[in-house]
Amino acid sequence: MSEPPGIEELQNIANKMRLDVIEMTTAAGSGHPGGSLSAADLMAVLYFRVLHHAPDQPEMPDRDRFVLSKGHTAPVLYAALAESGYFPKEELLTLRKLGSRLQGHPARGHLPGIEVSTGSLGQGLSMACGIALAGKMDSKDYYTYCLLGDGELQEGQNWEAAMFAHHRGLNHLIAFVDRNRLQISGNTEEVMSMDPLPEKWHAFGWNVIIIDGHNIRQILEACAKAKESRKNPTVIIMNTVKGKGVSFMENNPDFHGRACNPDEYQAAVAELKAVIR
Amino acid sequence: MTAPKLAQRTYYGKALAQLGRDNPQVVVLDADLAGSTKTISFKKVAPERFIECGIAEADMIGIAAGLAASGKIPFASTFGVFASGRCWEQIRMAVAYANLNVKVVATHCGLSVGPDGATHQALEDVALMRELPNMTVIVPADAYEAFQATLAIADYIGPVYMRMGRSEFPVCTPEEKPFEIGKATVMLKGTDVSLIGCGQMVQACLEAADLLEKEGISAEVINMATIKPLDLDAVYDTAAKTGAVVTAEEHSVIGGLGSAVAEFLSEVRPTPLARVGTYDTFGESGSADELMKKYGLTAADIVREAHNVIEMRDEKS
Ligand SMILES: Cc1ncc(C[n+]2csc(CCOP(=O)(O)OP(=O)(O)O)c2C)c(N)n1
Ligand SMILES: [Mg+2]
Repeated sequence: MSEPPGIEELQNIANKMRLDVIEMTTAAGSGHPGGSLSAADLMAVLYFRVLHHAPDQPEMPDRDRFVLSKGHTAPVLYAALAESGYFPKEELLTLRKLGSRLQGHPARGHLPGIEVSTGSLGQGLSMACGIALAGKMDSKDYYTYCLLGDGELQEGQNWEAAMFAHHRGLNHLIAFVDRNRLQISGNTEEVMSMDPLPEKWHAFGWNVIIIDGHNIRQILEACAKAKESRKNPTVIIMNTVKGKGVSFMENNPDFHGRACNPDEYQAAVAELKAVIR
Repeated sequence: MTAPKLAQRTYYGKALAQLGRDNPQVVVLDADLAGSTKTISFKKVAPERFIECGIAEADMIGIAAGLAASGKIPFASTFGVFASGRCWEQIRMAVAYANLNVKVVATHCGLSVGPDGATHQALEDVALMRELPNMTVIVPADAYEAFQATLAIADYIGPVYMRMGRSEFPVCTPEEKPFEIGKATVMLKGTDVSLIGCGQMVQACLEAADLLEKEGISAEVINMATIKPLDLDAVYDTAAKTGAVVTAEEHSVIGGLGSAVAEFLSEVRPTPLARVGTYDTFGESGSADELMKKYGLTAADIVREAHNVIEMRDEKS
């Protein structure tokens, strides 16, 4: 077996996934690039270092599970699945088209590697709790990872799930919050304030780790730390930049839910290609 | 002259802006989708009466109920899937059971939502809302009617669910005609078959009637913009006249307009009937046009069903 990718290589994979996101949403003419780009570094680390998984055996019983609760950022999940070999990369360009396995939001049963259906915000953490609980009931060692949006956390169901996870001692459940501080209508703190966010999770009994979500080393360390928990679930709050990696998309709410026009596409591709080895 | 293509939600926004200026009791709630539902137009004229709830639809309905219980006239908007499904039980108890004056107004309903796919395509919302006691259910045919219906439901006291689409499509109703809740409109008189539609499918019914006319078949087209209370007289009269009915809706045939018409007619005047709508299926990603075709929601599908019900009627007699 080849060496697992190091930090530089992971960064490179993340940037390739960013390019995939731009390519596929532009080809689709719609989709959600902003929140896909902010999560690309995490997704590279998860799919190339942290997750115990086998792309050629997507149903492997002991695999780690990943739940994309913020389902609108399906493009970055599809990029991670394609880059790690679940399906051919060419298929990425069918995103959102009639008959494609790459539905606008992740759909279980349509594509290997999709554990549950998401797209309606606020439900993923509950499903992740169910998956983690099943693992516990069956004395399995797998971990369940769940990626949440910061705007998404306004859905009350998240906090019902947070309560449950602590109550049942789901220490093999690891949640990530993509804390890019933007939702559709603008800054989360202006739309519906989420601060103080770490304290909220603390109050629900979770271990809380706060990191720079674009620092590969910090993501790796946080995941390792989270796996040490013997009692409680862990949330990793990742401070991120929505649209990260494409200058004019960064912190720009406009790119929450729209694809690039041809000029923007050229500019974005040029920026990303310049950093990809 | 071809009719302009307009989005219903744009006209919903325009009507809300008018209400914002004219009626100080009107308040508008949204759940991080104001730019899409167009409630943002209200925010521009009456920012102090616009209430951003964040991504928390269930909470939004509860807040709307509280506001209504305190004399306000709340309009609460989000996408149809969330408006009807995510907070169904909140609507059931806090709004319908309490019979409070809340207007739940949903945009992005039906398959024509397009590439977002099944999670965002409400095909069950009319059924969910029709089921609730005290609830009035309105599905305007086009942007102009959406505008008029918004003004009408602001005047009406009681719970209302109003459903709109996402896309732009041709208008077919007069711009200035005030909306009457519970009253169907005969869009085209005919004698051989009745086409009863709601929402975007009214336009498809009119196109189908054109196609049928070329074959010498005279179709009556009815815009059933209020699904509940259903205009029973209108359904009865047209069924009595033609003896063959096709319903058309951008919604599941289980529980929607087709169900409402079938339930009524089978009790009081059994009539050959076919329902155009989706058949026990979720939608998927694709363009609006592709999906309407794939799932059988075009004028051609209505024509085919018209032939079927006419045949059924003629076999019977
Ligand atoms: C229940 C529900 N309500 C509303 C939406 C529409 N919606 C899609 S994305 C989004 C904003 C999400 O913001 P955030 O969670 O911060 O995601 P990110 O910034 O990572 O893209 C909204 C409101 C939805 N998909 N589901
Ligand atoms: Mg965000």
